[in-house]
Amino acid sequence: MKARLKLFLPLVGFVLVAAFFYTMINRIQEGEYNPQDLPSALINRPFPAFSLPSLPSSAQQLLSEKDLLGQIALVNVWATWCPSCHIEHPFLNQLAAERGVVIYGVNYKDQERLAQQWLEQKGNPYRLNIFDQTGGLGLDMGVTGAPETYVIDHRGFVRMRYQGPLNETVWQQKFKPMVDQLKAEQGAAG
Amino acid sequence: MRFLISVLLLGCSLSALAVVETYEFGSDADQARYYQFVLELRCPKCQNQNLEGSNSPIAKDLRRELHRLIDAGQNDQQIVDYMVSRYGDFILYRPRFTAQTAVLWLSPIAFVLIGSVIVVMVFRRQRTDPSSDQVDFNESSLTTAERQRLDALLAEKILPEREQRGD
Repeated sequence: MKARLKLFLPLVGFVLVAAFFYTMINRIQEGEYNPQDLPSALINRPFPAFSLPSLPSSAQQLLSEKDLLGQIALVNVWATWCPSCHIEHPFLNQLAAERGVVIYGVNYKDQERLAQQWLEQKGNPYRLNIFDQTGGLGLDMGVTGAPETYVIDHRGFVRMRYQGPLNETVWQQKFKPMVDQLKAEQGAAG
Repeated sequence: MRFLISVLLLGCSLSALAVVETYEFGSDADQARYYQFVLELRCPKCQNQNLEGSNSPIAKDLRRELHRLIDAGQNDQQIVDYMVSRYGDFILYRPRFTAQTAVLWLSPIAFVLIGSVIVVMVFRRQRTDPSSDQVDFNESSLTTAERQRLDALLAEKILPEREQRGD
């Protein structure tokens, strides 16, 4: 009898593995888990140092990491060649205009004229725009493509990175809790 | 055979085509290091491709950066640190041994150990108790009465038939 029961072991194994796959597929569908997500190496480290022109460059001033200090903010990596950036742009406008979210832009490996046009036509949600034509800053940030959005705290430390376009769901699920936490930290630090 | 060889040769040339751009190096040693690195660094955008095999813009940028670092005389450790500080351990196809990657490194050894324990157990049991939990058609598993019946059946049915056919 015992020997007979042993024959069911492969079936038990199969059921366990199937249950595991089933839950993972569910988590992927609900956006809870994304196998493409890459943990950022920058979490809890200062935003990388840089010295780059701003966009529009007529401002004739070089921006540095010090310009990002003092406020909890999003750093949004975007480019005119990136299709998902078109999709998320209206939401960024809304965040900046209606909810008072501070957003800094990193214009990543783009053409200045096209980027300028984009901001004129679609609206400009960015408090500052860093013009990273060669992608050097992107490399230091560990950017793998656009769009990517980083959350930095008031000390200029990177606290979160999100790969992919922002929308209301992502904001509520991932960003809002982080921003609220950072506000509480900032309040506690005085 | 000739056909097989030519097909295999076709396969060889494909991997050479995968590299889009070529870089010049001061020495053959540097060239070899570059080649080693593009094989062992993973493209951060792609799920499972190394820098050598990927055409994505980020892989291109990282190859250029790698060439710059090697040309600037950085040693292997500095280059690995540079990549890991930006893209994390993910970028290394040969992960460093840390608390996080310990499972990765040690599990093959654990599996070999578990496997050999099982093999030893199976062999031992077979030697000490050959009839345990498997059906055994040895004579020893038949009682005397059963064996007599079997002999009778064989004599009665099979043997006369064979004789008739002249086997």
